[in-house]
Amino acid sequence: MQQEIIIAGFGGQGILSAGRLLAYAGMLENKNVSWLPSYGPEMRGGTANCHVIISDEPVGSPILNSATALVVMNGPSLEKFEGMIVKGGVIITDSSLVDKSPKRTDVDVFEIPATKMASDMGNLTFANIILLGKLIGKTGIVSKESFAEALKKVLPEKKHNLIPEEMKALEDGMNY
Amino acid sequence: MATVFKRPHALKDLSMHYCPGCTHGIVHRLIAEVIDELGIEGKTIGVSPVGCTYNNYEYFNCDMVQAAHGRAPAVGTGIKRVNPDNLVFTYQGDGDLAAIGTAEIVHAATRGEKITSIFVNNAIYGMTSGQMAPTTLMNQVTTTSPFGRKPDLHGFPVKVCELLSTLEGAVYVERVSVHDIKNIMNAKKAIKKAFQIQMAGKGFAIVEILSTCPTNWGLKPVDALKWVQDKMIPFYPLGNFKGKDLEV
Amino acid sequence: MGEKLLMKGNEVIAEAALRAGCKHYFGYPITPQTEIAHYMAKKMPEVDGVFVQAESEVAAINMVYGAAAAGARVLTSSSSPGISLKQEGISYIAGAELPCVIVNIVRCGPGLGGILPAQCDYFQAVKGGGHGDYKMVVLAPSSVQELYELTVDAFNIADKYRIVTMIMGDGILGQMMEAVEFRNQEEIIPADKSWATTGTEMKRDNNMVTSIYINPEMLEKHNQKLQAKYKQIEENETRVEVYNCENPDIIITAFGTVARIVKNVIKTAEKEGIKIGLIRPISLWPFPTQEFEKYAEVPKAFLSVELNAGQMVEDVKLAVNGKRPVHFYGRMGGMIPSQQEILDKVKEILK
Repeated sequence: MQQEIIIAGFGGQGILSAGRLLAYAGMLENKNVSWLPSYGPEMRGGTANCHVIISDEPVGSPILNSATALVVMNGPSLEKFEGMIVKGGVIITDSSLVDKSPKRTDVDVFEIPATKMASDMGNLTFANIILLGKLIGKTGIVSKESFAEALKKVLPEKKHNLIPEEMKALEDGMNY
Repeated sequence: MATVFKRPHALKDLSMHYCPGCTHGIVHRLIAEVIDELGIEGKTIGVSPVGCTYNNYEYFNCDMVQAAHGRAPAVGTGIKRVNPDNLVFTYQGDGDLAAIGTAEIVHAATRGEKITSIFVNNAIYGMTSGQMAPTTLMNQVTTTSPFGRKPDLHGFPVKVCELLSTLEGAVYVERVSVHDIKNIMNAKKAIKKAFQIQMAGKGFAIVEILSTCPTNWGLKPVDALKWVQDKMIPFYPLGNFKGKDLEV
Repeated sequence: MGEKLLMKGNEVIAEAALRAGCKHYFGYPITPQTEIAHYMAKKMPEVDGVFVQAESEVAAINMVYGAAAAGARVLTSSSSPGISLKQEGISYIAGAELPCVIVNIVRCGPGLGGILPAQCDYFQAVKGGGHGDYKMVVLAPSSVQELYELTVDAFNIADKYRIVTMIMGDGILGQMMEAVEFRNQEEIIPADKSWATTGTEMKRDNNMVTSIYINPEMLEKHNQKLQAKYKQIEENETRVEVYNCENPDIIITAFGTVARIVKNVIKTAEKEGIKIGLIRPISLWPFPTQEFEKYAEVPKAFLSVELNAGQMVEDVKLAVNGKRPVHFYGRMGGMIPSQQEILDKVKEILK
């Protein structure tokens, strides 16, 4: 079993860190994982994306030509990547920021106003976590517990006080 | 019988390969005398350049490293950063230091590397047979400025001490000459002070030494010494540019 | 082994170097390897080490020359255009027989090219990018774990033979995160460095580090000594992974990131009844010629897949020595071949 996820949006939305959390959680479940960011000038210019693989087998290429799931936080990224999702895969969009719906009809689509929900929670940086909540809830790619553990590993100690809220955001996403 | 003159211990008992009337030998001897007087031969590392003195690593008794053209200050940086207790000096000519190695010398000075550069300026490329140097004087004839150095074609000579003394990391900057006894003694004092400044951990030090190249200048040795006095010193004024009063 | 960590390839290289006892790093920023410098800038003070951001790649490699002459374990890292600038210094270091480790996280050229992954510096690395008859050991990891292990080994090899050892990765390896497990303690093989210029202390004759030998007899002797050393390295330090090569229809040869893609292709092809083997050179120099000789008559053909216009394929052809056809498939400019492309090429060859 191999799950291939593309997370994409603008720089500053926590795109890369969302991918990293997911990969870390996978690793904590003893799966084989890889995380590959887009790098270089385009990062500074605005768009950011990362490829995450979580697999029972050793990971071959960390570069994805197709993916089982897509999480997008801006319109251009939806356009750019929706064609890469396999039939029966999952597309999750932040509908607060992506005004168009995916054209695909052969995948499961979830449109979640994550930025609006995060804003209501008082912390815009939770939007990516809300979207991951839906991904985890829908695909079971990693467990909630592993995700909580990954937060501890990835966040610096001084931000550990945020973990309960982050987990709440994750659950809000799952339940949306 | 009392010995009043002998070869400094830091210099090997070899005859040097330099042309008659060349002042590199004098400069080598001054460095060696200073090393002896400071008792630092056992911890001194010299860095040889590319140019007429490419193999001066054979002449000194301290450890020596030969560097690529112009890179001696970077090589010296590497040595000094590994063993900060070593005394590290680079020996560089005008092509090495002020042309191909401009970036390295400027940035070693910028960083305030605790090394000492002995910069021998004879206003010409010696080893490759008399081409124009960055320090070649205006109207000076060389094999690559056969009609004399002209501003439109070649630009102007680089004044290294003036340039480097604007940098905060360069704490001791002095220009000396070796064209007569009095100036040779001054040159030795400057080299000694520059080494002491390094030993005291103050920062980057450079001594520019106006020197001769009778072969490529096409002058007799004695006339070459006079050329330093008459032509070079008016353009490259001697003296301390920085760090004269530094306590060591 | 310690705890499993999720780390970026570039950071793992830096951490591995520190664990291998490297306390001196000199470098200049260039994408996609700059995280090595970031890591070193932060960590060197903790181990009483030295990080210097040099004014240029040229200066950085010459600082490496100086630090290596002074007996230190020393690292510099860069990416293709920066490695080109370092060639002068690499040749001098090779000539002066100094040990050091250089990392090239390759990006696509020529010129300023782009910042995406490539393997277009293969020739430069294994055939000698600088002047003169010299070699450097070139190791090509294909995972983050291997980046760690080979970086540690690189320091031991460099010290043992007084040679430049290069870790050659690509933008993907440098940028990707993967699980890595560090050993509790690294094996740092002690090496004789009595030749180092550390000061005579008035207790020995002076040491001289130089690459200049004006006398032709002496220079020829020096070159013969270097060649003898290279021969010894060829015998002792060749590294290769042979995978699935029992009775394959075709053997693909690939290194670094591409080898990972090929492993996926092998799985897919198996389902279609095509048996593909993989010979993955881990040391690009010394090249694992013997493995190719061994398998030269096993498959119907060889296929070299590379992120360049066909560089390693020349060494594969030399090793296979006409016994089987050797084909090539490559992508350039930062483009990465898909599994399907490679499989299509295999089918075309086997048709």
